Amino acid sequence: MDQLLVLFIGLPLLSFFVTLFWKNRNERPIGLVVRYTKVAYIILSVSYLVWWIANGLTPVSFKLATLYRSDNFVFALELFYDEITAVFSIVGALLFFLVATFSKYYMHRDQGYKRFFSTILLFAAGYNFIILSGNFETLFIGWEIKGLCSFLLIAFYWNRYLPVKNALKTVSNYRISDVMLMLAMWMMHHLTHRNISFTDLGEAKQIAAQGGAYAAMGVLVVCMIVLAATVKSAQFPFTSWLPRAMEGPTSSSAIFYGSLSVHIGIFLLLRTHPFWEDMLWAKILIIVTGAVTAVLSTLIARVQPTVKTQIAYSSAAQIGLMFIETAVGFHWLVLIHFAGNAFLRTYQLLVSPSVLNYLVHHQYFHYEAPRERKLSAVAASFYVLGVKEWNLDAFMFRFVWSPFKWIGVKLQFLQSYIITTLLVAMAFAIVLANRFNAGLLAGMNVPFPEILMSVALMFVLSSFSSRGSALKAWVLLLAAHACIILAIWLTAGQIASLEFLYYAGGIVSAFLLGYYCLQRIHGIDQDILLNRFHGYVYEAENKGLLFLLAVIGMLGFPITTAFVGIDVFFTHVDTHQPVLIVLLALCFLFIELAAFRILLRIFMGPHKKLYHPVAYRSS
Amino acid sequence: MADHSFDEAHVIQELKHFLPSQQALKDFIHHNSLHAFQHMKFYDAIFKASRIFGYQVHLQLTEYRDLYKSGRIREDILNKTIVQKKGKDALAGWKQKVLDTPYDVINHPRVGQLRKYWKEAYAFDLDNAVQPRLFRIVCAFLDQGIAVQRMPLSDRSFTQAIREIERKSWVSFFKTKKIRQQFLEGNYSLTSLLKQIVGDEAYFEQYLFDQQFAHHGWSGFVSAVEDNPHTLLDRKQICLKEFIEFELLLELDALHRRLGENWQPLADHVSSPPENLLADIPKTEFAEVIELWQDAFEWSYYDGVLRGILLAGDRPVAADKTFQAIFCIDEREDSIRRHIEAVDKCCETFGAPGFFGVEFYFQQQGSKFYDKLCPAPVTPRYLIKEYEATEEKKHEPLYSKLTHGFFTGFFMSITYGFWALAKKAQMLFRPKMSPAISNAYAHMDRHSVLTIENKRTDDTENGLQIGYTIEEMTTRAENFLRGIGLIRGFAPIVYMVAHGSSSANNPHHGAHDCGACSGRPGATNARVQAFILNHPKVRAALAARNINIPAGTQFIGCMHDTAADVMGYYDEEILHAENSRAHLLNKQHFETALNLNAKERSRRFASINTRQKLEQVRQAIHNRSVSLFEPRPELGHGTNTLAIIGRRNMSKGLFLDRRAFLNSYDHNTDPDGSILAAVMRPIGLVCGGINLEYYFSRVDNIKLGAGTKLPHNVMGLFGVANSSDGDLRPGLPWQMIEVHDPVRLLVIVEQSPEIVLQAIQSSPEVFEWYKNEWVHIVAFHPPEKQFYYFRDGAFSTYEPLTRVEEIRVIHNMETFIEGAKEMETNHIVHATEENLPVYLLD
Repeated sequence: MDQLLVLFIGLPLLSFFVTLFWKNRNERPIGLVVRYTKVAYIILSVSYLVWWIANGLTPVSFKLATLYRSDNFVFALELFYDEITAVFSIVGALLFFLVATFSKYYMHRDQGYKRFFSTILLFAAGYNFIILSGNFETLFIGWEIKGLCSFLLIAFYWNRYLPVKNALKTVSNYRISDVMLMLAMWMMHHLTHRNISFTDLGEAKQIAAQGGAYAAMGVLVVCMIVLAATVKSAQFPFTSWLPRAMEGPTSSSAIFYGSLSVHIGIFLLLRTHPFWEDMLWAKILIIVTGAVTAVLSTLIARVQPTVKTQIAYSSAAQIGLMFIETAVGFHWLVLIHFAGNAFLRTYQLLVSPSVLNYLVHHQYFHYEAPRERKLSAVAASFYVLGVKEWNLDAFMFRFVWSPFKWIGVKLQFLQSYIITTLLVAMAFAIVLANRFNAGLLAGMNVPFPEILMSVALMFVLSSFSSRGSALKAWVLLLAAHACIILAIWLTAGQIASLEFLYYAGGIVSAFLLGYYCLQRIHGIDQDILLNRFHGYVYEAENKGLLFLLAVIGMLGFPITTAFVGIDVFFTHVDTHQPVLIVLLALCFLFIELAAFRILLRIFMGPHKKLYHPVAYRSS
Repeated sequence: MADHSFDEAHVIQELKHFLPSQQALKDFIHHNSLHAFQHMKFYDAIFKASRIFGYQVHLQLTEYRDLYKSGRIREDILNKTIVQKKGKDALAGWKQKVLDTPYDVINHPRVGQLRKYWKEAYAFDLDNAVQPRLFRIVCAFLDQGIAVQRMPLSDRSFTQAIREIERKSWVSFFKTKKIRQQFLEGNYSLTSLLKQIVGDEAYFEQYLFDQQFAHHGWSGFVSAVEDNPHTLLDRKQICLKEFIEFELLLELDALHRRLGENWQPLADHVSSPPENLLADIPKTEFAEVIELWQDAFEWSYYDGVLRGILLAGDRPVAADKTFQAIFCIDEREDSIRRHIEAVDKCCETFGAPGFFGVEFYFQQQGSKFYDKLCPAPVTPRYLIKEYEATEEKKHEPLYSKLTHGFFTGFFMSITYGFWALAKKAQMLFRPKMSPAISNAYAHMDRHSVLTIENKRTDDTENGLQIGYTIEEMTTRAENFLRGIGLIRGFAPIVYMVAHGSSSANNPHHGAHDCGACSGRPGATNARVQAFILNHPKVRAALAARNINIPAGTQFIGCMHDTAADVMGYYDEEILHAENSRAHLLNKQHFETALNLNAKERSRRFASINTRQKLEQVRQAIHNRSVSLFEPRPELGHGTNTLAIIGRRNMSKGLFLDRRAFLNSYDHNTDPDGSILAAVMRPIGLVCGGINLEYYFSRVDNIKLGAGTKLPHNVMGLFGVANSSDGDLRPGLPWQMIEVHDPVRLLVIVEQSPEIVLQAIQSSPEVFEWYKNEWVHIVAFHPPEKQFYYFRDGAFSTYEPLTRVEEIRVIHNMETFIEGAKEMETNHIVHATEENLPVYLLD
């Protein structure tokens, strides 16, 4: 029965691949695939639950596969099923079933019918990866898949400006969470010196309790986890991405931002609870985050005049309360609260268009003219803050993204093949020098790995802020990866060739694919400058899809070996190299944003050629 | 621009003229999307609008060519069109152009050419910095009740409210102190702000056009609220001018914030002055090609219809009629009329504008507001109130504001959340009517009493007279009956069939209700006119005016739900014994006709198997109207193309596929055309308005339509937008127009061309529609059996090209419907395959 857990992931994943074989107009076969999947999924969830209860509610673990093994590192996929998984699984299956049924009619004849169902099937697989994960690596795969699906559904109407803008906004937030999780994994690895399963978190806690450097590492791990959960569940100060993510078809907003996706931070906290349950400060941190969100989101929700935004903030407020409940340890309450809130918000979103008719009708019979009241300074201030969403959106932009953008703009000079090649060659020379004469560099007392990593980050930021050729920006990302490899090589001294192959092989193939796509697009009008949106997906949809694959390959998404390679490379950085790890984390954060930005600017947004109706920017 | 003097009032007026004029969605009134250009000839107007605003105003050239290849545009018609417009000798040359010549179809609009310099000069996206804030604030101000807490002081004018909040608040909507101060002091004007931002007065007008058309939805709505404050129940005082001033202030604010003092007015950065926005445009060859295509596309359908009218023989009704039924002229009632006539061969049907000649405000019992029930331009002086309503109004906790509270939200989620799951399952698998669904029959209680008769003329409320006096009733009854030519040969029962539409999860539901009743269900009007015609004193007065209604004849109001295909009857208890018995039988006949109607409609719905048993199809149709997951409860006015004004005889033998507005008119009773002038008055405005709104929403669903409704977010209960920060989306959503063939309306009048001309010339507003070719008109000379087409100010004969044998005959309606083709995709070439040509009925 343990092996059956694989089905939770395999089933939607298989269906996802099957749907790819049809065209958009083949609604019937796609509909059938989805129908079988949703029924099988719900039967599986329920029968597994029954079996699990009958077997005395003992947690189930299953080792799925070992992707990579070396002396100091094991990359294994592990599945795990306990009461938390059970609730998330049942709620997920029910909502998937209902929303898929709803969408079958709702999406009829939409330009993206197939895309929609393929994406939510992939999402289901990603969701199950997360809730069934037995260790951080497995969870991280699901985490990435879910992020990608979110992106695809927010940018669903990709030839309009706002969906594209908001997709990038959401992805930027999600990426923070991804990188936090990567760091947590890395730190955990150094803390426990193995790849720890969630079942063994208790042991990790013991190690952290030893104090000293271990305690510090424990603190960092918890901070990373809480931050990852905070972002994913749209908590303070990241809440403002949630209403902006409601760009896709109503039914996708319902299942993603009303229910399953946005509650995943709660899952992460519940799952890692054994690790931080004795850390009072962590609980306080979580409680404060939740409480601030609950209060602010409620204040914001109260004044929102648009229905989906209002639901988004109300939902975020409830998740804030769930944060508190989790920290306090009321786990069953959290699970009930999660299920109820997910069901309620999904339903509210699905029927949100009805609100116009219902409330106008209500107004006919219950309207009361406002009474003149004195407006106090407090009330006025709270009102203005509410309408402005407490400046959360502006805050993120100003203090998180703008500084890096500014740096990137200053680094535009790097966009020359000569400079890029020279820098990479110098980096390579340094590494070679070290290889043949280890003492030489050591004697110079210069932090070479940090310097190389800085160069990598400079490449990434230059690419991220580029308004020039997309090809150059794309090459910079490859250069950045090269510098990352070299920096790690330098710091580790020795890297197994397989590890190198895993990493470089994945990245180079993704790079080549992307380069090919951009070259072909460049061939159309000789204009792929990143200073505007081009919307090429309108005329070159297949290239867009290929480039999407290239992009996710480039950032280490689990479609190439680079996914494993990157994880392994992280472990070569030691805990006493804080600068290096921060630089590395920033590199991975901005590689994704830079790559997605290229995808969005070249392929999405309003099509630049006005021979057909093109959407206004304000829509 | 040449004109250097900037006249604020004039420019505001111009802006208001060109902006979309759509009101709150609850009052969906169809109108010509390019109403601002209606004083021009159709083709000149659309190409000009396209050049100025970048709208797509016709199908794309490739689409016309594909339609030609698919046979939907007929070759003989195309040839005829070319010969007619360009001469016989030019046929080969123009045909080559039309079919093969490549044209540059890229259209760079004039609007937006000035403001783009912000980006060029400072690499600064001003819209991104200003629009989200602007939309949020104006939406919060106009909000009708989505927000739990309404904007404080929003009963004051927009500027006053925002200024007072700003004055009191410790935080500001503005980002710079300087501009905030300027706003608080109020020492600015449109001109002074423009001087700061733009500099050169010559550019002011263009700047405002650029700015306002960057978000035409919000600007248009603000302008519509200014002109029609009653469109919002919770009234708001806002005018376009203050809205623009506020936007300019926000722009100044954003510029100061971003660039400090280091920026110059926009005029300093204009490298090449944009061309005059409203200047005339030269006619291009491409435009001529499009004209030929569009005309050929239109006449490829019309021509067959005209041939069909010639072929359809007389179908007189038996002398002993079982009943008569007067439907709305709405093209959706074409099919139900055809079916009821097939089920009961002795019945007779008529078509009349669905407000049944009675205009009034209606107040539902317990309602705090009045609803206007007549065509939009009419302002009634009467009020009809509802009493003794017994149906209870149910509530839906889902929309309760409690779910958005802090603690209440918690309790709602852990309790009601689970109930919501059950409701969700029920809504998917057992859809049924609920308070969340807009129910056409909830507009008026079935057993209520209406104050139709006025006893004392001083019985008024808010300046409106309650009910009609006998004299007023008689006038309305007489005009109504004479209008449709029903002045003799009354059957024992006459049904006044209004229509409404029930639909779920549909912010645009108002667009499906009766257009002649300002986008409301028309049941009240049917009931009122039935009451009037049953009134003994009115009957006596009518007799004095030569309309003798037999004492045994009774009028009954009822309503057809065009989405659910349900018929509801009112005041049935007044029927005397004999009519009561007959009514029971008639009701059965209506049920059968509704079954058939449902089947006919079902052919366009992929979710329904048309071959099922009639009852199953009917149930499936009914379920659609209450299904929250169904974005197409019905297809509204999609495919409307014709307006036939004449006796039923003209259209009775034809299958018109629900594409024809049918207005009864008997030329025999109107030798001098005095009635016709009245009949023609609303045709352009109502039918032409509907037709053109569908036309433009179809050809440019992105700019002139609302786009797909799937991602729509309801804003403030008055509109929809994409995203939380998007512009309002006026026009029709994609799901409503995908079956529509974008062709202009063809009006066919059964009357001599001289009288028709005189009728349409009776008022300049009416004549404009025909003179400028926004609507085609053909006179069908009754005794001659000859068509006359109106072109360039005169009627000339028209001979259909379609051969007699090309018009096929339907022998069995049910198998015919089952065999009709379904569209493969919603691309126009596929979509139009669903729209059937004219057929003769067996």
